[in-house]
Amino acid sequence: MKREMRLGLLFVAPWLIGFLLFTVYPVLATLYLSFTDYRVLAPPRWIGWDNYRELLADTETFWPSLFNTLYLFLELPAALILGILIALLLDRNLRGMAWYRTVFYLPSIVPVLANAMLWLWLLNPEYGLINSGLRALHLPAPAWLASPIWSKPALILMDLWAVGGSMIIYLAALQGVPSSLYEAASLDGASGFAKFVNVTLPGISPVIFFNLIMGVIGTFQYFTQTFVMTRGGPDKSTLFYALYLYQNAFQYFRMGTACAMAWLLFLLTLAATLFVFTSSARWVYYEGEK
Amino acid sequence: MKRHLRPILSHALLLGLGLLFLTPFAFMVSTSLKLQGKVFTETIEWLPNPVVWSNYPEALGNFPFALYLRNTLVICAGVVLGTVVSAALPAYGFARLRWKGRDTLFFLMLATIMLPSQVTQLPIFLTFRTLHWTGTYLPLIVPAFFGNAFSIFLLRQFFLTIPQELSDAARIDGCSEWGIFTRILLPLSQPALATIALFAFMGAWTDFQGPLIYVHDEDQYTLAIGLASFLGRYNGQWHLLMAAATVVTLPLIVAFFLAQRTFIRGIAMTGMKG
Repeated sequence: MKREMRLGLLFVAPWLIGFLLFTVYPVLATLYLSFTDYRVLAPPRWIGWDNYRELLADTETFWPSLFNTLYLFLELPAALILGILIALLLDRNLRGMAWYRTVFYLPSIVPVLANAMLWLWLLNPEYGLINSGLRALHLPAPAWLASPIWSKPALILMDLWAVGGSMIIYLAALQGVPSSLYEAASLDGASGFAKFVNVTLPGISPVIFFNLIMGVIGTFQYFTQTFVMTRGGPDKSTLFYALYLYQNAFQYFRMGTACAMAWLLFLLTLAATLFVFTSSARWVYYEGEK
Repeated sequence: MKRHLRPILSHALLLGLGLLFLTPFAFMVSTSLKLQGKVFTETIEWLPNPVVWSNYPEALGNFPFALYLRNTLVICAGVVLGTVVSAALPAYGFARLRWKGRDTLFFLMLATIMLPSQVTQLPIFLTFRTLHWTGTYLPLIVPAFFGNAFSIFLLRQFFLTIPQELSDAARIDGCSEWGIFTRILLPLSQPALATIALFAFMGAWTDFQGPLIYVHDEDQYTLAIGLASFLGRYNGQWHLLMAAATVVTLPLIVAFFLAQRTFIRGIAMTGMKG
Protein backbone atom coordinates (compact mmCIF):
# COMPACT_ATOMS: atom_id res chain seq x y z
CA MET A 1 0.00 0.00 0.00
CA LYS A 2 2.75 2.44 0.99
CA ARG A 3 4.84 1.41 -1.99
CA GLU A 4 1.95 2.13 -4.33
CA MET A 5 1.47 5.56 -2.89
CA ARG A 6 5.15 6.38 -3.26
CA LEU A 7 5.05 5.25 -6.88
CA GLY A 8 1.94 7.30 -7.57
CA LEU A 9 3.42 10.41 -6.01
CA LEU A 10 6.60 9.88 -8.00
CA PHE A 11 4.67 9.89 -11.26
CA VAL A 12 2.62 12.99 -10.41
CA ALA A 13 5.67 14.76 -8.94
CA PRO A 14 6.23 17.13 -11.91
CA TRP A 15 2.73 18.47 -11.46
CA LEU A 16 2.81 18.37 -7.65
CA ILE A 17 6.03 20.40 -7.45
CA GLY A 18 4.63 22.88 -9.95
CA PHE A 19 1.41 23.04 -7.95
CA LEU A 20 3.31 24.02 -4.80
CA LEU A 21 5.64 26.46 -6.58
CA PHE A 22 3.30 28.08 -9.06
CA THR A 23 -0.09 27.76 -7.38
CA VAL A 24 -0.06 27.27 -3.61
CA TYR A 25 2.80 29.63 -2.79
CA PRO A 26 1.69 32.47 -5.12
CA VAL A 27 -1.97 32.26 -4.05
CA LEU A 28 -0.94 32.63 -0.41
CA ALA A 29 1.61 35.33 -1.21
CA THR A 30 -1.07 37.25 -3.11
CA LEU A 31 -3.33 36.97 -0.08
CA TYR A 32 -0.59 38.32 2.20
CA LEU A 33 0.35 41.15 -0.16
CA SER A 34 -3.29 42.15 -0.50
CA PHE A 35 -3.12 43.31 3.13
CA THR A 36 -0.02 45.42 2.55
CA ASP A 37 1.00 48.64 0.93
CA TYR A 38 3.57 47.45 -1.59
CA ARG A 39 5.02 49.59 -4.35
CA VAL A 40 7.84 47.24 -5.36
CA LEU A 41 10.72 49.56 -4.45
CA ALA A 42 10.10 49.58 -0.69
CA PRO A 43 9.29 46.39 1.26
CA PRO A 44 5.60 45.62 1.84
CA ARG A 45 3.98 47.33 4.84
CA TRP A 46 1.00 45.73 6.62
CA ILE A 47 -2.12 47.90 6.38
CA GLY A 48 -4.89 45.44 7.19
CA TRP A 49 -8.10 45.75 5.19
CA ASP A 50 -7.28 49.17 3.72
CA ASN A 51 -6.77 47.95 0.13
CA TYR A 52 -10.12 46.19 0.15
CA ARG A 53 -11.86 49.14 1.81
CA GLU A 54 -10.45 51.56 -0.74
CA LEU A 55 -11.41 49.35 -3.67
CA LEU A 56 -14.97 48.86 -2.48
CA ALA A 57 -15.34 52.60 -1.95
CA ASP A 58 -13.91 53.40 -5.39
CA THR A 59 -16.92 54.28 -7.53
CA GLU A 60 -14.71 56.07 -10.06
CA THR A 61 -12.85 53.07 -11.45
CA PHE A 62 -13.16 49.81 -9.52
CA TRP A 63 -16.94 49.46 -9.65
CA PRO A 64 -17.20 50.56 -13.30
CA SER A 65 -14.55 47.97 -14.21
CA LEU A 66 -16.62 45.30 -12.46
CA PHE A 67 -19.86 46.41 -14.14
CA ASN A 68 -18.16 46.46 -17.54
CA THR A 69 -17.03 42.90 -16.95
CA LEU A 70 -20.52 41.80 -15.88
CA TYR A 71 -21.87 43.39 -19.07
CA LEU A 72 -19.62 41.06 -21.06
CA PHE A 73 -21.47 38.11 -19.55
CA LEU A 74 -24.27 38.90 -22.02
CA GLU A 75 -21.97 37.27 -24.52
CA LEU A 76 -22.29 33.84 -22.90
CA PRO A 77 -25.96 33.17 -23.73
CA ALA A 78 -25.47 34.70 -27.17
CA ALA A 79 -22.48 32.45 -27.88
CA LEU A 80 -24.36 29.47 -26.47
CA ILE A 81 -27.36 29.93 -28.74
CA LEU A 82 -25.35 30.84 -31.85
CA GLY A 83 -22.88 28.00 -31.23
CA ILE A 84 -25.61 25.38 -30.87
CA LEU A 85 -27.58 26.69 -33.85
CA ILE A 86 -24.57 26.53 -36.16
CA ALA A 87 -23.59 23.12 -34.77
CA LEU A 88 -27.13 21.85 -35.51
CA LEU A 89 -26.86 23.14 -39.06
CA LEU A 90 -23.51 21.43 -39.47
CA ASP A 91 -24.62 18.12 -37.97
CA ARG A 92 -26.01 16.68 -41.20
CA ASN A 93 -24.84 14.55 -44.05
CA LEU A 94 -24.70 17.08 -46.81
CA ARG A 95 -22.27 17.45 -49.65
CA GLY A 96 -19.35 19.74 -48.84
CA MET A 97 -20.05 19.63 -45.11
CA ALA A 98 -16.31 19.44 -44.28
CA TRP A 99 -15.88 22.79 -46.03
CA TYR A 100 -18.75 24.42 -44.18
CA ARG A 101 -17.35 23.21 -40.86
CA THR A 102 -13.95 24.64 -41.68
CA VAL A 103 -15.45 27.99 -42.66
CA PHE A 104 -17.21 28.42 -39.33
CA TYR A 105 -14.22 27.21 -37.35
CA LEU A 106 -11.53 29.34 -39.04
CA PRO A 107 -12.24 32.67 -37.29
CA SER A 108 -11.48 31.08 -33.93
CA ILE A 109 -7.90 30.25 -34.90
CA VAL A 110 -7.00 33.80 -35.98
CA PRO A 111 -4.29 34.99 -33.54
CA VAL A 112 -5.61 37.51 -31.02
CA LEU A 113 -3.45 40.35 -32.28
CA ALA A 114 -4.30 39.85 -35.94
CA ASN A 115 -7.93 39.60 -34.89
CA ALA A 116 -7.66 42.88 -32.98
CA MET A 117 -6.17 44.66 -36.03
CA LEU A 118 -8.76 43.21 -38.35
CA TRP A 119 -11.67 44.22 -36.13
CA LEU A 120 -10.36 47.72 -35.55
CA TRP A 121 -10.62 48.06 -39.30
CA LEU A 122 -13.94 46.25 -39.70
CA LEU A 123 -15.43 48.44 -36.95
CA ASN A 124 -13.97 51.67 -38.33
CA PRO A 125 -16.92 54.08 -38.09
CA GLU A 126 -16.43 55.67 -41.52
CA TYR A 127 -14.77 53.16 -43.83
CA GLY A 128 -15.14 49.85 -42.02
CA LEU A 129 -16.95 46.92 -43.55
CA ILE A 130 -19.63 46.76 -40.87
CA ASN A 131 -20.79 50.33 -41.14
CA SER A 132 -20.61 50.21 -44.94
CA GLY A 133 -22.93 47.26 -44.76
CA LEU A 134 -25.26 48.94 -42.29
CA ARG A 135 -25.41 52.11 -44.41
CA ALA A 136 -26.16 50.06 -47.51
CA LEU A 137 -29.14 48.63 -45.64
CA HIS A 138 -30.12 52.17 -44.51
CA LEU A 139 -29.54 51.23 -40.90
CA PRO A 140 -27.94 53.56 -38.33
CA ALA A 141 -24.15 53.19 -38.25
CA PRO A 142 -22.85 53.60 -34.69
CA ALA A 143 -19.31 54.74 -33.86
CA TRP A 144 -18.59 51.32 -32.27
CA LEU A 145 -15.26 51.42 -30.41
CA ALA A 146 -15.30 55.21 -30.38
CA SER A 147 -18.63 55.32 -28.55
CA PRO A 148 -18.99 54.59 -24.82
CA ILE A 149 -22.37 52.99 -25.50
CA TRP A 150 -21.37 50.81 -28.44
CA SER A 151 -17.83 49.81 -27.47
CA LYS A 152 -18.85 46.77 -25.44
CA PRO A 153 -21.36 45.47 -28.00
CA ALA A 154 -18.58 45.89 -30.59
CA LEU A 155 -16.26 43.64 -28.58
CA ILE A 156 -19.06 41.09 -28.10
CA LEU A 157 -19.71 41.10 -31.85
CA MET A 158 -16.01 40.48 -32.44
CA ASP A 159 -16.00 37.53 -30.06
CA LEU A 160 -19.14 36.04 -31.59
CA TRP A 161 -17.34 35.86 -34.92
CA ALA A 162 -15.00 33.36 -33.23
CA VAL A 163 -17.89 31.28 -31.86
CA GLY A 164 -16.53 28.35 -33.92
CA GLY A 165 -14.27 27.37 -31.05
CA SER A 166 -17.19 26.36 -28.82
CA MET A 167 -19.41 25.43 -31.78
CA ILE A 168 -17.06 22.60 -32.74
CA ILE A 169 -17.33 21.19 -29.21
CA TYR A 170 -21.13 21.22 -29.49
CA LEU A 171 -20.82 19.53 -32.87
CA ALA A 172 -18.66 16.75 -31.43
CA ALA A 173 -21.24 16.29 -28.66
CA LEU A 174 -24.18 16.25 -31.09
CA GLN A 175 -22.53 13.44 -32.98
CA GLY A 176 -22.18 11.51 -29.75
CA VAL A 177 -25.92 11.51 -28.98
CA PRO A 178 -27.03 7.90 -29.62
CA SER A 179 -29.25 7.67 -32.70
CA SER A 180 -31.29 4.97 -30.96
CA LEU A 181 -32.70 7.69 -28.71
CA TYR A 182 -33.91 9.66 -31.72
CA GLU A 183 -35.42 6.54 -33.23
CA ALA A 184 -37.23 5.74 -30.00
CA ALA A 185 -38.54 9.30 -29.83
CA SER A 186 -39.75 9.06 -33.45
CA LEU A 187 -41.60 5.84 -32.66
CA ASP A 188 -43.32 7.66 -29.83
CA GLY A 189 -44.38 10.27 -32.36
CA ALA A 190 -42.24 13.09 -31.02
CA SER A 191 -42.01 16.23 -33.18
CA GLY A 192 -38.68 17.70 -34.27
CA PHE A 193 -38.83 20.33 -31.56
CA ALA A 194 -39.76 17.80 -28.88
CA LYS A 195 -36.79 15.67 -29.94
CA PHE A 196 -34.52 18.70 -29.66
CA VAL A 197 -35.73 19.53 -26.15
CA ASN A 198 -35.91 15.98 -24.79
CA VAL A 199 -33.08 14.20 -26.59
CA THR A 200 -30.60 16.67 -28.07
CA LEU A 201 -30.36 19.19 -25.26
CA PRO A 202 -29.94 16.63 -22.44
CA GLY A 203 -27.47 14.76 -24.65
CA ILE A 204 -25.20 17.75 -25.09
CA SER A 205 -25.78 19.25 -21.63
CA PRO A 206 -22.34 18.14 -20.33
CA VAL A 207 -20.56 20.22 -22.97
CA ILE A 208 -22.94 23.16 -22.50
CA PHE A 209 -21.85 22.96 -18.88
CA PHE A 210 -18.17 22.76 -19.88
CA ASN A 211 -18.42 25.72 -22.25
CA LEU A 212 -20.35 27.74 -19.68
CA ILE A 213 -17.72 27.19 -16.98
CA MET A 214 -14.90 28.05 -19.37
CA GLY A 215 -16.87 31.09 -20.55
CA VAL A 216 -17.38 32.36 -17.00
CA ILE A 217 -13.68 32.00 -16.20
CA GLY A 218 -12.57 33.55 -19.49
CA THR A 219 -14.95 36.52 -19.21
CA PHE A 220 -13.61 37.51 -15.80
CA GLN A 221 -10.12 37.56 -17.33
CA TYR A 222 -10.93 39.47 -20.52
CA PHE A 223 -7.75 41.43 -21.18
CA THR A 224 -5.76 41.33 -24.41
CA GLN A 225 -8.41 42.68 -26.77
CA THR A 226 -9.16 45.71 -24.67
CA PHE A 227 -5.48 46.28 -23.84
CA VAL A 228 -4.61 46.40 -27.52
CA MET A 229 -7.71 47.91 -29.08
CA THR A 230 -9.15 50.47 -26.69
CA ARG A 231 -6.89 50.76 -23.63
CA GLY A 232 -10.05 50.89 -21.55
CA GLY A 233 -11.62 53.80 -23.39
CA PRO A 234 -13.62 55.66 -24.47
CA ASP A 235 -14.71 57.02 -21.10
CA LYS A 236 -13.61 53.85 -19.24
CA SER A 237 -16.34 51.98 -21.11
CA THR A 238 -13.99 49.07 -21.89
CA LEU A 239 -11.98 49.25 -18.70
CA PHE A 240 -12.52 45.65 -17.66
CA TYR A 241 -11.57 44.14 -14.34
CA ALA A 242 -8.44 42.35 -15.57
CA LEU A 243 -7.21 45.46 -17.37
CA TYR A 244 -7.59 47.64 -14.28
CA LEU A 245 -5.81 44.97 -12.24
CA TYR A 246 -2.94 44.97 -14.75
CA GLN A 247 -2.75 48.76 -14.66
CA ASN A 248 -2.55 48.74 -10.88
CA ALA A 249 0.24 46.18 -10.90
CA PHE A 250 2.40 47.20 -13.84
CA GLN A 251 1.60 50.83 -14.56
CA TYR A 252 0.89 52.36 -11.14
CA PHE A 253 2.98 49.73 -9.28
CA ARG A 254 0.33 49.40 -6.59
CA MET A 255 1.00 45.72 -5.99
CA GLY A 256 -1.03 45.60 -2.78
CA THR A 257 -4.12 46.95 -4.50
CA ALA A 258 -3.57 44.63 -7.47
CA CYS A 259 -3.28 41.64 -5.13
CA ALA A 260 -6.50 42.60 -3.36
CA MET A 261 -8.20 42.83 -6.77
CA ALA A 262 -6.77 39.43 -7.68
CA TRP A 263 -8.23 37.84 -4.56
CA LEU A 264 -11.61 39.47 -5.11
CA LEU A 265 -11.49 38.14 -8.68
CA PHE A 266 -10.69 34.70 -7.32
CA LEU A 267 -13.69 34.83 -4.96
CA LEU A 268 -15.99 36.13 -7.71
CA THR A 269 -14.89 33.37 -10.10
CA LEU A 270 -15.32 30.79 -7.36
CA ALA A 271 -18.82 32.03 -6.52
CA ALA A 272 -19.86 32.07 -10.18
CA THR A 273 -18.51 28.61 -10.95
CA LEU A 274 -20.00 27.19 -7.76
CA PHE A 275 -23.33 28.64 -8.81
CA VAL A 276 -23.10 26.95 -12.20
CA PHE A 277 -21.93 23.72 -10.55
CA THR A 278 -24.75 23.54 -8.02
CA SER A 279 -27.34 24.37 -10.64
CA SER A 280 -25.87 21.72 -12.94
CA ALA A 281 -27.35 18.86 -10.92
CA ARG A 282 -30.72 20.02 -12.22
CA TRP A 283 -29.91 20.37 -15.89
CA VAL A 284 -26.78 18.41 -16.79
CA TYR A 285 -27.49 14.85 -17.75
CA TYR A 286 -24.73 12.24 -17.72
CA GLU A 287 -25.29 9.06 -19.63
CA GLY A 288 -24.92 5.98 -17.49
CA GLU A 289 -26.03 7.81 -14.37
CA LYS A 290 -29.37 7.16 -12.74
CA MET B 1 -41.63 17.50 -51.87
CA LYS B 2 -40.57 18.48 -48.37
CA ARG B 3 -37.79 15.91 -48.42
CA HIS B 4 -36.21 17.50 -51.49
CA LEU B 5 -36.53 21.01 -50.15
CA ARG B 6 -34.80 20.46 -46.83
CA PRO B 7 -31.23 19.89 -48.11
CA ILE B 8 -31.58 22.88 -50.42
CA LEU B 9 -32.76 25.04 -47.53
CA SER B 10 -29.84 23.82 -45.41
CA HIS B 11 -27.38 24.60 -48.16
CA ALA B 12 -28.84 28.07 -48.61
CA LEU B 13 -28.62 28.80 -44.89
CA LEU B 14 -25.09 27.44 -44.60
CA LEU B 15 -23.91 29.31 -47.67
CA GLY B 16 -25.40 32.59 -46.51
CA LEU B 17 -24.07 32.32 -42.96
CA GLY B 18 -20.76 30.94 -44.20
CA LEU B 19 -20.25 33.90 -46.51
CA LEU B 20 -21.03 36.22 -43.62
CA PHE B 21 -18.29 34.52 -41.58
CA LEU B 22 -15.83 34.69 -44.46
CA THR B 23 -16.29 38.35 -45.45
CA PRO B 24 -13.94 39.67 -42.72
CA PHE B 25 -11.17 37.51 -44.22
CA ALA B 26 -11.95 38.81 -47.70
CA PHE B 27 -11.92 42.37 -46.39
CA MET B 28 -8.57 41.78 -44.72
CA VAL B 29 -6.89 40.36 -47.82
CA SER B 30 -8.52 42.87 -50.13
CA THR B 31 -7.36 45.83 -48.00
CA SER B 32 -3.87 44.38 -47.75
CA LEU B 33 -3.51 44.60 -51.54
CA LYS B 34 -4.74 48.17 -52.02
CA LEU B 35 -2.96 51.45 -52.62
CA GLN B 36 -2.99 53.53 -49.47
CA GLY B 37 -5.21 56.13 -51.14
CA LYS B 38 -7.71 53.52 -52.28
CA VAL B 39 -8.39 52.13 -48.82
CA PHE B 40 -10.83 54.83 -47.80
CA THR B 41 -13.80 54.64 -50.13
CA GLU B 42 -17.48 55.24 -49.49
CA THR B 43 -18.56 51.97 -51.04
CA ILE B 44 -16.21 49.05 -50.65
CA GLU B 45 -14.15 47.99 -53.66
CA TRP B 46 -13.61 44.29 -53.11
CA LEU B 47 -11.16 43.83 -55.95
CA PRO B 48 -8.09 46.02 -55.48
CA ASN B 49 -7.17 47.95 -58.59
CA PRO B 50 -4.21 48.02 -58.99
CA VAL B 51 -3.13 45.01 -56.92
CA VAL B 52 -0.30 46.27 -54.72
CA TRP B 53 1.78 43.26 -53.71
CA SER B 54 4.49 45.57 -52.43
CA ASN B 55 2.40 46.24 -49.29
CA TYR B 56 3.65 42.92 -47.99
CA PRO B 57 7.39 43.61 -48.29
CA GLU B 58 6.72 47.11 -46.97
CA ALA B 59 4.87 45.83 -43.91
CA LEU B 60 7.47 43.15 -43.27
CA GLY B 61 10.27 45.67 -43.82
CA ASN B 62 8.89 47.86 -41.05
CA PHE B 63 8.46 44.91 -38.81
CA PRO B 64 11.27 42.35 -38.29
CA PHE B 65 8.97 39.43 -38.97
CA ALA B 66 11.75 36.82 -39.28
CA LEU B 67 13.28 37.80 -35.94
CA TYR B 68 9.95 37.84 -34.11
CA LEU B 69 9.01 34.56 -35.72
CA ARG B 70 12.27 33.03 -34.52
CA ASN B 71 11.73 34.36 -31.00
CA THR B 72 8.18 33.04 -30.93
CA LEU B 73 9.26 29.63 -32.20
CA VAL B 74 12.02 29.40 -29.55
CA ILE B 75 9.42 29.97 -26.82
CA CYS B 76 6.92 27.63 -28.47
CA ALA B 77 9.51 24.85 -28.73
CA GLY B 78 10.39 25.13 -25.05
CA VAL B 79 6.76 25.26 -23.96
CA VAL B 80 5.73 22.30 -26.12
CA LEU B 81 8.63 20.17 -24.90
CA GLY B 82 7.96 21.05 -21.27
CA THR B 83 4.22 20.55 -21.51
CA VAL B 84 4.40 17.14 -23.16
CA VAL B 85 7.11 15.76 -20.87
CA SER B 86 5.51 17.01 -17.69
CA ALA B 87 1.97 15.99 -18.69
CA ALA B 88 2.70 12.36 -19.59
CA LEU B 89 4.06 11.28 -16.19
CA PRO B 90 1.29 12.74 -13.99
CA ALA B 91 -1.37 11.59 -16.45
CA TYR B 92 -0.07 8.04 -16.01
CA GLY B 93 -0.08 8.42 -12.25
CA PHE B 94 -3.68 9.66 -12.30
CA ALA B 95 -5.04 7.22 -14.88
CA ARG B 96 -3.23 3.90 -14.47
CA LEU B 97 -2.08 3.63 -10.88
CA ARG B 98 -4.21 3.05 -7.80
CA TRP B 99 -3.01 4.84 -4.69
CA LYS B 100 -4.28 6.59 -1.64
CA GLY B 101 -4.86 10.31 -2.15
CA ARG B 102 -4.95 10.04 -5.93
CA ASP B 103 -8.52 11.22 -6.35
CA THR B 104 -8.07 14.10 -3.93
CA LEU B 105 -5.01 15.34 -5.82
CA PHE B 106 -6.77 14.89 -9.13
CA PHE B 107 -9.69 16.97 -7.93
CA LEU B 108 -7.27 19.65 -6.71
CA MET B 109 -5.63 19.67 -10.12
CA LEU B 110 -8.95 20.10 -11.90
CA ALA B 111 -9.78 22.95 -9.53
CA THR B 112 -6.61 24.80 -10.55
CA ILE B 113 -7.93 25.03 -14.12
CA MET B 114 -10.52 27.43 -12.73
CA LEU B 115 -8.00 29.54 -10.83
CA PRO B 116 -7.66 32.98 -12.47
CA SER B 117 -4.05 33.52 -13.52
CA GLN B 118 -4.14 36.95 -11.90
CA VAL B 119 -4.20 35.42 -8.43
CA THR B 120 -0.80 33.78 -8.96
CA GLN B 121 0.76 36.11 -11.50
CA LEU B 122 2.12 38.86 -9.24
CA PRO B 123 4.15 36.81 -6.71
CA ILE B 124 5.49 34.74 -9.62
CA PHE B 125 6.53 37.95 -11.35
CA LEU B 126 8.17 39.24 -8.17
CA THR B 127 10.03 35.95 -7.71
CA PHE B 128 11.32 35.94 -11.28
CA ARG B 129 12.36 39.56 -10.82
CA THR B 130 14.41 38.62 -7.75
CA LEU B 131 16.02 35.81 -9.76
CA HIS B 132 16.84 38.37 -12.50
CA TRP B 133 14.87 36.29 -14.98
CA THR B 134 12.80 39.18 -16.29
CA GLY B 135 13.98 40.22 -19.73
CA THR B 136 14.67 36.58 -20.59
CA TYR B 137 12.42 33.81 -21.90
CA LEU B 138 12.91 31.68 -18.79
CA PRO B 139 9.71 32.87 -17.04
CA LEU B 140 7.75 31.92 -20.17
CA ILE B 141 9.31 28.47 -20.64
CA VAL B 142 10.30 27.06 -17.23
CA PRO B 143 6.77 26.90 -15.73
CA ALA B 144 5.70 24.74 -18.69
CA PHE B 145 7.94 21.98 -17.32
CA PHE B 146 5.81 21.68 -14.19
CA GLY B 147 2.68 20.08 -15.51
CA ASN B 148 -0.14 21.96 -17.21
CA ALA B 149 -3.39 20.85 -15.57
CA PHE B 150 -5.47 20.92 -18.75
CA SER B 151 -2.94 18.85 -20.72
CA ILE B 152 -2.65 16.31 -17.91
CA PHE B 153 -6.43 16.05 -17.80
CA LEU B 154 -6.70 15.48 -21.58
CA LEU B 155 -3.96 12.88 -21.55
CA ARG B 156 -5.44 11.10 -18.54
CA GLN B 157 -8.76 10.86 -20.36
CA PHE B 158 -6.94 9.22 -23.24
CA PHE B 159 -4.96 6.83 -21.02
CA LEU B 160 -8.24 5.68 -19.47
CA THR B 161 -9.43 4.43 -22.86
CA ILE B 162 -6.44 2.06 -23.24
CA PRO B 163 -7.49 -1.43 -22.01
CA GLN B 164 -6.18 -2.22 -18.53
CA GLU B 165 -5.55 -5.81 -19.69
CA LEU B 166 -2.50 -4.62 -21.64
CA SER B 167 -0.88 -3.33 -18.46
CA ASP B 168 -1.91 -6.40 -16.47
CA ALA B 169 -0.40 -8.75 -19.04
CA ALA B 170 2.85 -6.78 -19.01
CA ARG B 171 2.93 -6.85 -15.20
CA ILE B 172 2.55 -10.64 -15.20
CA ASP B 173 5.52 -10.75 -17.57
CA GLY B 174 7.49 -8.82 -14.94
CA CYS B 175 7.41 -5.43 -16.60
CA SER B 176 7.92 -2.44 -14.27
CA GLU B 177 5.50 0.52 -14.16
CA TRP B 178 8.15 2.60 -15.91
CA GLY B 179 8.40 -0.06 -18.62
CA ILE B 180 4.60 -0.14 -19.07
CA PHE B 181 4.59 3.65 -19.27
CA THR B 182 7.38 4.01 -21.84
CA ARG B 183 6.85 0.87 -23.88
CA ILE B 184 3.08 0.44 -23.95
CA LEU B 185 1.22 3.61 -22.97
CA LEU B 186 3.37 6.23 -24.67
CA PRO B 187 3.58 4.54 -28.11
CA LEU B 188 -0.19 3.99 -28.06
CA SER B 189 -0.83 7.61 -27.10
CA GLN B 190 0.97 9.36 -29.92
CA PRO B 191 -2.21 10.97 -31.28
CA ALA B 192 -3.12 12.32 -27.83
CA LEU B 193 0.43 13.54 -27.27
CA ALA B 194 0.26 15.32 -30.62
CA THR B 195 -2.98 16.96 -29.54
CA ILE B 196 -1.59 18.39 -26.31
CA ALA B 197 1.57 19.46 -28.17
CA LEU B 198 -0.61 21.31 -30.64
CA PHE B 199 -2.63 23.00 -27.90
CA ALA B 200 0.58 23.98 -26.09
CA PHE B 201 1.95 25.40 -29.34
CA MET B 202 -1.18 27.41 -30.03
CA GLY B 203 -1.19 28.71 -26.47
CA ALA B 204 2.43 29.86 -26.61
CA TRP B 205 2.00 31.26 -30.14
CA THR B 206 -0.89 33.52 -29.15
CA ASP B 207 0.21 34.30 -25.57
CA PHE B 208 0.21 38.05 -25.08
CA GLN B 209 0.22 38.81 -21.38
CA GLY B 210 3.25 36.62 -20.62
CA PRO B 211 5.67 38.30 -23.06
CA LEU B 212 4.08 41.67 -22.26
CA ILE B 213 5.14 41.33 -18.64
CA TYR B 214 8.50 39.60 -19.06
CA VAL B 215 10.02 40.72 -22.37
CA HIS B 216 11.46 44.22 -22.53
CA ASP B 217 13.98 44.46 -25.41
CA GLU B 218 12.59 44.99 -28.88
CA ASP B 219 15.03 42.33 -30.14
CA GLN B 220 13.27 39.80 -27.95
CA TYR B 221 9.70 40.62 -28.96
CA THR B 222 7.41 37.79 -29.95
CA LEU B 223 5.05 38.07 -32.90
CA ALA B 224 2.15 39.03 -30.63
CA ILE B 225 4.06 41.80 -28.85
CA GLY B 226 5.70 42.92 -32.09
CA LEU B 227 2.31 43.19 -33.76
CA ALA B 228 0.96 45.26 -30.87
CA SER B 229 3.79 47.76 -31.22
CA PHE B 230 3.41 47.72 -35.01
CA LEU B 231 -0.27 48.51 -34.53
CA GLY B 232 0.65 51.43 -32.30
CA ARG B 233 3.09 52.89 -34.83
CA TYR B 234 1.12 52.38 -38.03
CA ASN B 235 -2.37 52.99 -36.74
CA GLY B 236 -4.53 54.16 -39.63
CA GLN B 237 -2.31 52.64 -42.34
CA TRP B 238 -4.77 49.85 -42.88
CA HIS B 239 -3.15 48.47 -46.03
CA LEU B 240 0.03 47.71 -44.03
CA LEU B 241 -1.79 46.51 -40.90
CA MET B 242 -3.94 44.12 -42.92
CA ALA B 243 -0.86 42.80 -44.73
CA ALA B 244 0.75 42.05 -41.37
CA ALA B 245 -2.45 40.48 -40.03
CA THR B 246 -2.68 38.28 -43.13
CA VAL B 247 0.94 37.18 -42.75
CA VAL B 248 0.48 36.00 -39.15
CA THR B 249 -2.92 34.41 -39.76
CA LEU B 250 -1.94 32.39 -42.80
CA PRO B 251 0.50 29.99 -41.06
CA LEU B 252 -2.19 29.08 -38.54
CA ILE B 253 -4.75 28.39 -41.25
CA VAL B 254 -2.23 26.21 -43.06
CA ALA B 255 -1.35 24.47 -39.79
CA PHE B 256 -5.05 23.90 -39.19
CA PHE B 257 -5.50 22.20 -42.53
CA LEU B 258 -2.43 20.03 -41.97
CA ALA B 259 -3.34 19.08 -38.41
CA GLN B 260 -7.12 18.97 -38.72
CA ARG B 261 -7.41 15.43 -37.39
CA THR B 262 -5.29 16.21 -34.33
CA PHE B 263 -7.43 19.27 -33.65
CA ILE B 264 -10.73 17.46 -33.89
CA ARG B 265 -9.50 14.59 -31.72
CA GLY B 266 -8.51 17.05 -29.02
CA ILE B 267 -11.93 18.62 -29.14
CA ALA B 268 -13.60 15.24 -28.84
CA MET B 269 -11.35 14.49 -25.85
CA THR B 270 -12.36 17.75 -24.19
CA GLY B 271 -15.95 16.62 -24.26
CA MET B 272 -15.22 13.26 -22.65
CA LYS B 273 -16.22 12.82 -19.07
CA GLY B 274 -14.31 10.85 -16.52
